[in-house]
Amino acid sequence: MEFSYSREQQMVKKMLKEFAEKEIAPIAAEIDEKAIYPYDTIAKLSKLGLMGMPFPPEYGGAGTDYLTYIMAIEEISKVDASHGVIIQTHNALCCWPIFTYGTEEQKRKYLPDLLSGKKLGAFGLTEPNAGTDAAGTQTKAYLDGDEWVLNGSKIFISGGGIAEVYIIFAMTDKSKGTKGISAFIVEKSDVGFSVPKHENKMGIRGSIAAELVFEDCRIPKDRLLGQEGKGFKVAMTSLDVGRLGIAAQALGIAQGAFDETVKYMKQRKQFGKSLDKFQALSFEMASMKVRIDGARYILYDACNRRDRGLPATVPAAEAKLACSEAASYVVDKAVQFHGGYGYIKDYPVERMYRDQKITEIYEGTSEVMKMVMAGEIFK
Amino acid sequence: MKEFADYKNVWVFAEQRNGKLMNVALELVGEGHKLSREISEDTKVCAVLVGDKVEALKDELYAYGADAVYLLEDPLLGQYTTDGYAKVITDAINEYKPEIVLFGATHIGRDLAPRVAARLNTGLTADCTRLDVNVANYMDYLEANTTASLTGLDREDQSKGLKQTRPAFGGNLMATIITPNTRPQMATVRPGVMAKMEKAEGATGELVKVDVKLAASDINVEVLEVVKAAKEMVSLTDAKIICSGGRGLGGPEGFKLIEELAEAVGGVVGASRAAVDAGWIHPSHQVGQTGTTVKPEIYFACGISGAIQHLAGMQTSKIIIAINKDPECPMMKLADYAIEGDLKKVIPEIIALWNAQ
Amino acid sequence: MRIIVCVKQVPDTTEIKINPETGTLIRDGVPSILNPDDANALEQALQIKDANPDTEVVVITMGPPQAKEMLQECIAMGADDAILLSDRALGGSDTWATSNAVAAGVKKVGDFDLIFAGRQAIDGDTAQVGPQMAEKLGIPQVTYVKDFTLEGDHVIVKRALEDGYEVLKVKLPCVLTAIKELNTPRYMSVPGILKAAKQEVKVWNAADIGVDLTTVGLKASPTNVFKSFTPKPKGAGIAVAGDTAKEKAENLVAALKEKHII
Repeated sequence: MEFSYSREQQMVKKMLKEFAEKEIAPIAAEIDEKAIYPYDTIAKLSKLGLMGMPFPPEYGGAGTDYLTYIMAIEEISKVDASHGVIIQTHNALCCWPIFTYGTEEQKRKYLPDLLSGKKLGAFGLTEPNAGTDAAGTQTKAYLDGDEWVLNGSKIFISGGGIAEVYIIFAMTDKSKGTKGISAFIVEKSDVGFSVPKHENKMGIRGSIAAELVFEDCRIPKDRLLGQEGKGFKVAMTSLDVGRLGIAAQALGIAQGAFDETVKYMKQRKQFGKSLDKFQALSFEMASMKVRIDGARYILYDACNRRDRGLPATVPAAEAKLACSEAASYVVDKAVQFHGGYGYIKDYPVERMYRDQKITEIYEGTSEVMKMVMAGEIFK
Repeated sequence: MKEFADYKNVWVFAEQRNGKLMNVALELVGEGHKLSREISEDTKVCAVLVGDKVEALKDELYAYGADAVYLLEDPLLGQYTTDGYAKVITDAINEYKPEIVLFGATHIGRDLAPRVAARLNTGLTADCTRLDVNVANYMDYLEANTTASLTGLDREDQSKGLKQTRPAFGGNLMATIITPNTRPQMATVRPGVMAKMEKAEGATGELVKVDVKLAASDINVEVLEVVKAAKEMVSLTDAKIICSGGRGLGGPEGFKLIEELAEAVGGVVGASRAAVDAGWIHPSHQVGQTGTTVKPEIYFACGISGAIQHLAGMQTSKIIIAINKDPECPMMKLADYAIEGDLKKVIPEIIALWNAQ
Repeated sequence: MRIIVCVKQVPDTTEIKINPETGTLIRDGVPSILNPDDANALEQALQIKDANPDTEVVVITMGPPQAKEMLQECIAMGADDAILLSDRALGGSDTWATSNAVAAGVKKVGDFDLIFAGRQAIDGDTAQVGPQMAEKLGIPQVTYVKDFTLEGDHVIVKRALEDGYEVLKVKLPCVLTAIKELNTPRYMSVPGILKAAKQEVKVWNAADIGVDLTTVGLKASPTNVFKSFTPKPKGAGIAVAGDTAKEKAENLVAALKEKHII
């Protein structure tokens, strides 16, 4: 296997590196501290085509492949993981299911505004009693004439309250378990839909997560996304795409923390020499780099498979596991090597340490990734 | 090397705005005086004075060392325009054939000189910080101030070509440029670098009134308005003491402390590019390669690590005092007095002591 | 209308370091960038195009084949077309010779209404090619442009001075050189990047632009580099002693007094 960046990818990386350093880095600590959604920078990124990268221009997308899109998430997450996940959730978990399962009318209605970033998209699967086990979904939907009526609630929904368009999963036939789940498109303005509370999170605090409540929320019949009873498939295939993005986010955090540590070690002096001159530390940096680079190849290979139309569920799970574990290892050492300075908010590794944890949890925990892989290994 | 027997004398552009000579004009007279004597005893330094009703300025030029003043007056030259000035100066150069022509590297000099040089099809060296005719002097300079090798140079060399030395690559590199095959040899010279001569009140010289041929149709740009900056221009170039702040100030509020220091020591406020780029202070305060070049008696560098481009603009200051948390940064290495510490604690102490004097 | 923007690929001089042992420049790993003032020039042209979509923006540079990358990036920002003047015969040109070559390239593009350039490039800092090219093209110039308005067949610009600015009215066509106060350059966009990666950058050699070979290149250049060198590092000063800020301040003031500096 040989890997080299295409000219397109080089330019995307260069542009986003510059953007992240000039526009995002100066606000990263503040949006974290105050849990502010970064409207301005997301609007600027929308103009540059980031909110619809891997979708065709006929619906308003930029038309890149998945690999290039994943590199974009990685590049942004090097500086700030909140921005990374906002772009990733929107693209993979809202635009992708509409593009893939939507009717032509649904695509024409929603995609242009979503892909241009005029509207933000979100994805509501998780519930208080249904996380990893989607069969436990308690949100219900029934057809009443020309309208679906939704009741129930969702938690930890990224972009909740900020997004205009939501992909919501609800039981249309409880007796069938996951085969009774259907997917719906809900709009922020729909009557009966509310966002009562924002979560107070440990990390990625610039990306708002919220609870969504549906109380006799009535939506037109044509908001059903895909076939009735096929919602679980919509959710799982969307998460296959999403996991690549989360893997990229984790990889970005790892690389960002690594780069910060290199910079710090060159400049910080103890016992009369800079930290990079201490072999115990510099050798550990080599180990960290091996983990980052290894995870990156697994991720890029998974994207490449998706781009070539090959099955990518298991590779995506592997990529997410590899990248989030690498990130966990790297941020831990990064803070450690920064010593006391790593524990205070003056240095970005403190934030990266907190931001990283979620990458082992959302869009499928590390345990779920291992389940997916084990199933393939022992099939 | 070709011979240029027809070309004689050193001309300097005596830039004036609103009937006031720019400082750099007088610096050029001083430098031109030095160069002319290095060429030969009968070589003169001539100030080229362009404008409308500006003849009175000739006395100041004589006082600062000009042997002659070439006066180019016309109502159409009252306001600077590239077209008008370029035409009359080019015509005069063609008529009188100076050997060297120097301009101040001001916004006007750098607009005008390239246009003139292109019309004359001669060479132009931008933003020089040192000029030499005498080879031995040039070698002394290289030896004392640079890492250059002297191979190929000969102290006895009597050639009179102008060696024009200037910084490039943000001050990382110096280059000496020559103009071997065309005349005049032209250069723009960075303001604040060359020395004025001691003023000799009542000195006189030769006045040459140049026959100016200029029509309104020669000028393609219309000056609608000239606006003076509302704020007093920060005169970094003339300041005896400069108190500069950089990224280490931590934010725009840090400049309050710098202002207090400047007030206490009787200096003006400077800034590094990092502080200017961060929007903490107006760009007119910027010291460095892309800002103003300064050489005050005392330069305070507070929280400035010393990027090459900043050093390029202040390293010839007489005394440099650096205050920084990082004792290893380039500015602390360059400084005559390096104070390792928190500038927010050190500066108030200096202010208190200075005031107590 | 057609706008030509003259750009240059330069090493990022803020990234250049000096080898402390040899005193030489370390250029390895120094990224090449679009010269900052040129980015402002391109941005102004693109803003005109934003307002008048039938505007064509053509970027032109003279340089080695690697400069194609920068031209692609200009297309990714929104330029329509890009031209690289590249020929061994043009190598080593000083500003006079460069302006002859670029003026010839501009003439070959032809039919232009406006030419933008950056005030100066950060590698040489000469600010000469813009005005010299204007002279070779026989059209007016305004340098240090910090504000711009297009009004029919002329432009109204503000030209920065050290102590203020001038408001000037110039008829088209003319050459304007931009400074950073003019605008904030845009980033490349993703769709722009995809377009740029597919688009051919035109490469013209000296024969293509029909330039007189006795006016370009090292030999034709009226100025020559006689010597290049690095400044000698200044001798190290003294670290002011003291355990507290107060002690250090006292020692500093005492030392300055002792030397009759204050």
